[in-house]
Amino acid sequence: MSLLVVEGLGIKFGGLHAVKDVGFTLKSGEIVSIIGPNGAGKTTLFNMISGIYLPLAGRVMLNGEDVTGMSPNRLAERGLSRTFQNLQIFQSMTVLENVMAGFHLQARGPVLSDMLGLPGSRRRSREAEAGARLLLERVGLERAAEREAGALSYGALKRLEIARALALRPKVLLLDEPAAGCNAVETEEIDHLIAAVAAEGVSILLVEHDMKMVMRISNHIVVLDYGEKIAEGDPATVSRDKRVIAAYLGAQATEAANADG
Amino acid sequence: MPELMQFLLSGITVGAVYALVALGFTIIYNASDVVNFAQGEFVMLGGMITVFAYQAGLPLPLAALIAIAATAAAGVAFNKLAIETARGAPVVSLIIITIGASIFIQGVAQVVFDKQLHRLPAFSGDEPLHVFGATILPQSLWVMGGALIVFVGLWVFFTRTLTGRAVLATSNNRLAAQLVGINTNFVMTLSFGLSAAIGALAGVLVTPITLTSYQIGISLALKGFAAAMLGGMGNPKGALVGGIALGLLEALTAGYLSSQYKDAVAFVVILAVLFAMPQGLFGRKAMERV
Repeated sequence: MSLLVVEGLGIKFGGLHAVKDVGFTLKSGEIVSIIGPNGAGKTTLFNMISGIYLPLAGRVMLNGEDVTGMSPNRLAERGLSRTFQNLQIFQSMTVLENVMAGFHLQARGPVLSDMLGLPGSRRRSREAEAGARLLLERVGLERAAEREAGALSYGALKRLEIARALALRPKVLLLDEPAAGCNAVETEEIDHLIAAVAAEGVSILLVEHDMKMVMRISNHIVVLDYGEKIAEGDPATVSRDKRVIAAYLGAQATEAANADG
Repeated sequence: MPELMQFLLSGITVGAVYALVALGFTIIYNASDVVNFAQGEFVMLGGMITVFAYQAGLPLPLAALIAIAATAAAGVAFNKLAIETARGAPVVSLIIITIGASIFIQGVAQVVFDKQLHRLPAFSGDEPLHVFGATILPQSLWVMGGALIVFVGLWVFFTRTLTGRAVLATSNNRLAAQLVGINTNFVMTLSFGLSAAIGALAGVLVTPITLTSYQIGISLALKGFAAAMLGGMGNPKGALVGGIALGLLEALTAGYLSSQYKDAVAFVVILAVLFAMPQGLFGRKAMERV
């Protein structure tokens, strides 16, 4: 059963097709990567799937429901969560508060109970904090819990954003360049983290420039060029595809394919 | 010495009202980046509706409750009808919409109510109390107490409750708030309702001292805006400090210089803040990581 189905998605910016007729599916626990040269429309595609842009054509089905153009908060309620290439962090909150915000949907109670500070509200708040600390441990930020998020390094903020996205207990997780700005060790950590999350049954849609990582962890790869899908398949197939090599991968692909075995 | 004490007491009383108006500015600014110049009209509505409900024979506490609830509803309607429908418009356009709403509410109040000055009886009598040689009206204590309760209550709401933190999260990063499932439209609605209710409460508390009429909103909005700027727009603590400071400045100016200059104080404060420290006392310096 496909969790996320994207069909014929397209959008224009100023008459130019930024993304045109792109479709693919994502099954439970699967890792699908979107790759392509800079400006190929990867992030635009993400923005349409996650409700930031309203697509001009096509539709997005989540768990059998048409969620095309639904606002990000309603998508979050339905189990779709994402991170951003350029980060969307609550800068002036602490690291812990950032992740606790991710528990908003699970912890929320009636507004009135909240205003009156009833015991139920306080208990939910404590549970959110405990859960948030566990997630910080998982991404290796437990020691930065009380620091202001704005003071963290780019790589740490990337992991913080992943922890916050995981706090929503998503069914589908969209990661936009999670390893950008991370060193080799951090990249490997993120690599393991993504694999572990997928092993728990979360479907992951990934945009990433680190080709070694993409080839290593993806079950399926979708290749975009100039906003159109030019190929898709498993890593080995894609890395041998002539059009893909011509468009973008070049030497890196052969290298990665060789490394694969 | 008793003279100074007298000025301080009246300064704190009027400052508490400015603080409540500034708090209304702060809440809406945080949720939407909009400076709501209709904030003063909420104060006016609170006072006027109470007056007319009271004159219609309702007991004062009930009249006040109705006024606060009706004003909160007006705030919600204002957001739904005028702000939400213009979503995506630049903030400057939204601010101009609030100025339009302010004029509109005044016009409606003039028609529905009247153009007279109105007063309410003081809540606990008019017998002045003596403090360190100065006198203070019991109603002033109501104003100060009311402001204190509102500030403490909101502080608890924003720091201790999930809904309050959702409001803070929205003001911090709207997109990130949506990502974690916060309904930012609801946060906006809540903020307008809350701001309007706080404004109305200020109107109810202060009417026995300063009287009210359909046109008191503008000057209160300007004073509250000056207070919010002084404290740092977007910071509740700044609203409190800015409001009290402005009230004191006004009272001391009126006492030691001339009461004719009293209203100029707010404008001098706005100019001074803009020239010397645009972020206010507690505001953050805006800085974007690039």
